[in-house]
Amino acid sequence: MIEIEGLHKSFDGNEVLSGVSLAINKGEVVALIGGSGCGKSVLVKHVVGLMKPDRGRVIVDGREISTLNSRGLRELRARLGFLFQGGALFDSMTVFENVVFPLKEKTKLSDELIRTRAFKELELVGLSGSEHKYPSQISGGMVKRAALARALVMDPEIMVFDEPTTGLDPVIGLAILRLIDACHRRLSFTGLIVTHEIPKVFSIVDRVAMLHKGIIWAEGSPQEFVSSKDSVVREFVGEGTEGSFIR
Amino acid sequence: MGLFLVRTLFYTFIPPLKFARFLKQIRFIGFQSTIVILLTGGFSGMVLGFQGFYSLSRFGSDAFLGPMVGLALIKELGPVITALMVTGRAGSAIAAEIGIMRISEQIDALELMGLNPYRYLVVPNFLAAIICLPLLTAIFDVVGIFGGFLIGGKLLGVGAGTYFGEMANYVEMRDIMEGVYKSLSFGIIIVWVSCFKGYYTGIFTGFGAEGVSSATTQAVVLSSVLILVWDYFMTSLLF
Repeated sequence: MIEIEGLHKSFDGNEVLSGVSLAINKGEVVALIGGSGCGKSVLVKHVVGLMKPDRGRVIVDGREISTLNSRGLRELRARLGFLFQGGALFDSMTVFENVVFPLKEKTKLSDELIRTRAFKELELVGLSGSEHKYPSQISGGMVKRAALARALVMDPEIMVFDEPTTGLDPVIGLAILRLIDACHRRLSFTGLIVTHEIPKVFSIVDRVAMLHKGIIWAEGSPQEFVSSKDSVVREFVGEGTEGSFIR
Repeated sequence: MGLFLVRTLFYTFIPPLKFARFLKQIRFIGFQSTIVILLTGGFSGMVLGFQGFYSLSRFGSDAFLGPMVGLALIKELGPVITALMVTGRAGSAIAAEIGIMRISEQIDALELMGLNPYRYLVVPNFLAAIICLPLLTAIFDVVGIFGGFLIGGKLLGVGAGTYFGEMANYVEMRDIMEGVYKSLSFGIIIVWVSCFKGYYTGIFTGFGAEGVSSATTQAVVLSSVLILVWDYFMTSLLF
């Protein structure tokens, strides 16, 4: 579904990605882990076409992103959901207006059906009763959940989560991860989760990829990661994580 | 910046128009600027009434106060002061709003929904400014002319018939059209510069709150300078 081949990207002569290659199969959820500033967000922005690579390519569903024209890119993005680190809710709209916005703009559904779908999605993320609040009036966890509802309301085939639990307390963070897992079971999307939430995220993903020094340093199942002998992986994942994941 | 304007023009003429947002921007740029325009127009006309009467009476030509006030307002002061007021009130707000949307990734969110940010953020402002600037300028001119009459006619003794009669004799349609052309082009400049500065916050300015602040300042300064420079070229062309 998503193939990243030899991706290179530099900013002002500083090479952030030095030949990243990664493949994500249809319906699979992959966690992308790595140290702060190692280029994880840069990598996912290439996957959704917000950045163009210096070299290499990103192929989504057989179509190379960097060669798509604006119409092709729009068509592809219509099948894609993205959960921003900060939520990126439209701050001049209420939670409800944020969730109905893509439905109103991208579909020809009736107002009644749009309302029903939006309320259902908000209920699933536990935001019933907060529909008429503005993003500035709700907590960080609620912003993430509202952003998740907005991303999922279009039933995307691909979901990219950019640090979905950053800045949240451990309980809310775990609740968000469980919510993502529940949504995946419901919608069967192909997912890429950028996170530092180790080992908690291991419980909801099929595979883990670690970005280090501009390349995919290690890749494998959560079990393989936990039992890895690689010193970089062990340092990052930490000792004593074996057996702490669910799946 | 040139490419930004070309894209804006392109999406302006290619439907669909986001009509609700367009109406919102008409209200913001046009309706909500009315009080400022009434005040500045009135007082500008009153100052012109005093200064015009003082200068003209030296030559015994105070009967021409009406044409002097009318021509100065319609051809020059009306379009320019209106544009500068709208730049300060609406241009700065447009740059700040779009800048905040940029740094908080709301513009990226629009793009990732497969929606075109130009249609939502730039085109409604662009069309609203093109419609509102000439109307605001007309309000400024009318209020200014009556402000001039208040001083020249009521205070300094120029008769209403003389003031308005001579104005009707000397102000021609091409003078009015010069003001309309200027206000239209100033509207384009304000939205072009303000939207551009907001849209590229973080690229041509710093990041975060400082970036938005810088984008807003740059939008106001550059718009104001461009308005005055463009005014000179338009005056030269239409002279």
